[in-house]
Amino acid sequence: MTMLPFFEWCETTAIASAIKNSPWAFAVIESFHLLGLAVIGGAVLIVNLRLLGLAFRSQPVSEIAHEAQPWFVGSLTVMLTTGVAMFLSEAMKCYYSESFSVKMVSLMLAIVFTFTIHRRLVIAEEAAMRPHRQKLVALISLALWFAVAAAGRWIGFSG
Amino acid sequence: MSLLGFCQWLASTPWSIALHESLYMYPLVESVHVLTLTVFLGTAVMLDLRLLGLTLRKVDVEEVVARLAPWMIGGFVVMFASGAMLFYAIPVRSFQNVFFRFKVIFLVLAGINAWLFHSGIYQTVKKWNLDRVPPKRARMAGLISLVLWAFIVIAGRMIAYNWFDCDIQPQPAIVNWWSGCIVENRQ
Repeated sequence: MTMLPFFEWCETTAIASAIKNSPWAFAVIESFHLLGLAVIGGAVLIVNLRLLGLAFRSQPVSEIAHEAQPWFVGSLTVMLTTGVAMFLSEAMKCYYSESFSVKMVSLMLAIVFTFTIHRRLVIAEEAAMRPHRQKLVALISLALWFAVAAAGRWIGFSG
Repeated sequence: MSLLGFCQWLASTPWSIALHESLYMYPLVESVHVLTLTVFLGTAVMLDLRLLGLTLRKVDVEEVVARLAPWMIGGFVVMFASGAMLFYAIPVRSFQNVFFRFKVIFLVLAGINAWLFHSGIYQTVKKWNLDRVPPKRARMAGLISLVLWAFIVIAGRMIAYNWFDCDIQPQPAIVNWWSGCIVENRQ
């Protein structure tokens, strides 16, 4: 089974045509995608820096995670919304873009990892934690989100 | 030498041409510039949000500044160096770009805002270090910083679009004035 018809359909949607027919819509959506990137970067970084023992060592991990959570969820929502809009307007380019496939796979992994293993670790009791495990989870989280961002940037250079 | 003349000279240097024409180097530098946004602006946003009393409320403001400063400074150095390389690759077009000029002005304003914060209300941080919501002047500094950096990101992203480029004429007179375009054969 091929996904081609689905990608073709995406580009025929009303949102896709509206973006394609506007000279500035894509640029504006892209800018908000970047603003979301800055916020999600900050939210992901502070929690992982804490796990790595590089910042806020005097605060419990769960406290930092709790404070960062709304900003993470909020910026992720902005990124997904603007990302879907941009994808619809150039679905065929994405279909043929290797960077896009890499980004989607790493994004799935990053989201699943964040809301399962990472989440369970950051809300756990401090005493029950092993530092090596904390550091490993932080490094995996950073690597996954970096892959999402880097592959995302590279979509723009392909095609 | 005028600024435009300087940019034209920059554009004629071999390294500028090499960077401009490189298949991988330019996109690589641009990716570094964009991705470092997460480190520099990500941490700056978290500090601004702390000043607004919107995150890390139980952490001392001083500690937030101390812990995030290395990442902000390091990130800024990378942002500035990679940004300078992007400018060096395309000096004349960047110099005459409407959005680039806005970006430089916003950057200067963001710098002034940060300096005013550090030399002003931050000097008394010991008094409000643990306040969940810091005093008004600190909140203002955080808010202004967030707004200015949002404009900087948007202006930066828009530099890539050629809507107002000098070689696309006619443009409204105010656009040509702001971008410093030298328009020949005015109709």
